[in-house]
Amino acid sequence: MSVVQAVPESQTPLLEMRGISKSFPGVKALDQVDVTLHPGTVTALIGENGAGKSTLVKILTGIYQPDGGEIVVSGAPVHFANAEAAIRSGITAIHQETVLFDELSVAENIFLGHAPRNRLGLVNWGAMNARAAALLTSIDAPISPYTRLKDLSIAHRHLVAIARALSVEARVVIMDEPTAALSYKEVEDLFQIIERLKRQGKAILFISHKFEEVYQIADRFVVFRDGRSIGAGMLSQTGQDEIVRMMVGRSVEHVFPKVDVAIGSTVLNVSGYSHPTEFNEVSFDLRRGEILGLYGLVGAGRSEFCQALFGITRPSAGTIELEGRRIDIRSPADAIAAGIVYVPEERGRHGAVLQMPIFQNMSMATLGSTTRVGFLHQAEEFALARRYAERLDLRAAALSVPVGTLSGGNQQKVVIGKWLATRPKVIILDEPTKGIDIGSKAAVHAFMSELAGEGLSVIMVSSELPEILGMSDRVLVMREGRMAGMWQRDGLDAEVLVRAATGNM
Amino acid sequence: MSTLALEKQPTRHIPDKLSTPAGRILGSWETLLAAVAISIFIANSFASPHFLDPWNLSDATYNFTEKAMIAFAMTLLIISGEIDLSVAAIIALASTAMGAAAQAGFQTPALVGIGLGAGLLCGAFNGLLVARVGLPSIVVTIGTMSLFRGIAQIVLGDQAYGGYPASFAWFGQGYMSDFSWWPALPGFEVVTFEMVAFVILALAFGILLHWTAFGRRIYAIGNNAFAAQFSGIPVQRTKFILFLMTGLMSGFAAVCLTSRLGSTRHTIAAGWELEVVTMAVLGGVSILGGSGTIPGVVLAAIVMGLVTFGLGLLNVPGIVMSIFIGLLLILVIALPIVIRRIRSKAAA
Repeated sequence: MSVVQAVPESQTPLLEMRGISKSFPGVKALDQVDVTLHPGTVTALIGENGAGKSTLVKILTGIYQPDGGEIVVSGAPVHFANAEAAIRSGITAIHQETVLFDELSVAENIFLGHAPRNRLGLVNWGAMNARAAALLTSIDAPISPYTRLKDLSIAHRHLVAIARALSVEARVVIMDEPTAALSYKEVEDLFQIIERLKRQGKAILFISHKFEEVYQIADRFVVFRDGRSIGAGMLSQTGQDEIVRMMVGRSVEHVFPKVDVAIGSTVLNVSGYSHPTEFNEVSFDLRRGEILGLYGLVGAGRSEFCQALFGITRPSAGTIELEGRRIDIRSPADAIAAGIVYVPEERGRHGAVLQMPIFQNMSMATLGSTTRVGFLHQAEEFALARRYAERLDLRAAALSVPVGTLSGGNQQKVVIGKWLATRPKVIILDEPTKGIDIGSKAAVHAFMSELAGEGLSVIMVSSELPEILGMSDRVLVMREGRMAGMWQRDGLDAEVLVRAATGNM
Repeated sequence: MSTLALEKQPTRHIPDKLSTPAGRILGSWETLLAAVAISIFIANSFASPHFLDPWNLSDATYNFTEKAMIAFAMTLLIISGEIDLSVAAIIALASTAMGAAAQAGFQTPALVGIGLGAGLLCGAFNGLLVARVGLPSIVVTIGTMSLFRGIAQIVLGDQAYGGYPASFAWFGQGYMSDFSWWPALPGFEVVTFEMVAFVILALAFGILLHWTAFGRRIYAIGNNAFAAQFSGIPVQRTKFILFLMTGLMSGFAAVCLTSRLGSTRHTIAAGWELEVVTMAVLGGVSILGGSGTIPGVVLAAIVMGLVTFGLGLLNVPGIVMSIFIGLLLILVIALPIVIRRIRSKAAA
């Protein structure tokens, strides 16, 4: 459904940002950037983390005020003193942190702050629910306006956020990484909605790390690098290599770094692993030096299964054998002791303690080996942190700065370093490259290969097909908590995996 | 699409630490507290001619030693993201238990054991409800605050327990010079048992929090309990141990206070929970968990002790003191937030 059509250059832009600059103490976040959005057009904003994309979004939505430059909407210069001013000019943003309210109904969420009123000035519930239903129908969202928000999936919450954006007569819709938490099927549905918004003449600014999606949905592009706009144009006339060159400012190789390594004997055997509600009868072998891809839709039970393997939750049935020995994992401490470690999907929430320094995070799972009868040994902690920081090519000002000050990719390196320090036999990586920039992504992939080469066994949960296809020796597909099949690397086919994951066998 | 491998960059050297500017050390909360303590000390010595008398100063330490013992344990608990508001009620219950035991003829060692044991049991009860059952600690300990003191009230009514053995009085009234091994240096004769206990406990808790793996885990739990759990840290067990410690320290404070007063009423140590929490927060412990130091709390204890004593010398009534403590609590919680707001405004 790739729709890449030429938009005549003569068409008047709906929104123009000219020479926008914004500085923070010590950082020039945006330096004279230009962005133009046309009606009925999807413009992709591309750039590595830290390139200034989110600063631009915050300026467009009135959260930050630019230091210089001007914003022109439909030919008239505007100035957004606050978020409401931006909304009044028809600009809304949908991002992962879009504030929605769990305990309120879908209709209340959509019309919060601008609910239709009756003559007494009270909320006109009938009109509100009817209009919410109409909005949801207009984007083909199968959601009742009366449902409590907390009962919706992440994908459906996104649809509510979109409906909310449309309820204020938005002309410019900014979508910041809208697909980050969505499965393949849900992304397709979202793209249908974007197509619909295009036909209604909205201008859409689409921010994504995934090239596949950008090429599929966007018409135009703008590339940011280090706070400057480097290039812009039509995607139909621009190759992926060229855009990547603009993003990173240097030539890049274009391959997955998965190298073939000798696969050894069985390390882990999982048999009939089940959970009362999340997954059922999962069984597989994992061999030394093998990368097992775990693919499936969001909600297929992959993370839940991995967390049970790591002792966060208990299984209701099933056994684990590690190197031929039956083990019982009741807590993460048991799993770590056995040599099974887990790099969680949500880095900031589960992976790292963002407020604490790098070296303290790195030593967190190995405090036993960097202490003397319970007493901390700082020199050894620093030595350990340095060892893994260098191995992972960590970028940081010092080992004592809080992890929260690092970029997403570097935070991920700290979490991985923490686990390598435990000298594991099996490492489970849950969406290891979600939301991190291309450079760090490649580093994580290269590193995964290296670990496999050293005889570590890897279980990689991923919702990104290219990553699954590129990195896995074997792929296990889960659907609705059950195994939907296992495929070898040779002859892996994207369509087969998607069909197995969605149940269209 | 496929992802891209960048050329391998040469490994960069990352220093262990950034050099700390002198201004950072001078501007730290601990330095500020020390300056405040010294100023109050000087102001007090001018305000009252009796202030600098060594025996008076020795007496003044009772204003903070017992509360500080609990505040050290409370500091660890608050850093881990929990709180115990039942500490004063634990004192009441432990003191009542000791009083009843003394009536039954138990001697000093048994009484001390009963006081500590009662504190430990109360701590275990709080810990069980929070760490095992998973209830929020603020709710649990508001409940046990009424429960523990309620039991004391039922047992005692309007009565008071007295009649403690003479040797029991030493914990709250004794001087170290009672021991023959205590050096007979000038000034040393005014050192009380409680002062020595305060110093030893400050060192013990300071070492535990700042130099051991256990202390590190407390910070990890307080900053991000999920990430701590995902790092194999036994979050619930650690919290349980911290409640036990707070209970034990409350029991120890009960021994000292009961010994000092020589009697037990159900209103003993009323309102102390707020003073203990104030001490920790004034010492720089974030009420939201995750940060704070024992040196800070030691200084805060001294500041609060000096203020109370100074106001006492000036014959300021007790109610004014409690107003003062209340204002202090609000001020120290608001101050860092206000400063941060001013700084970020200056930065923008």
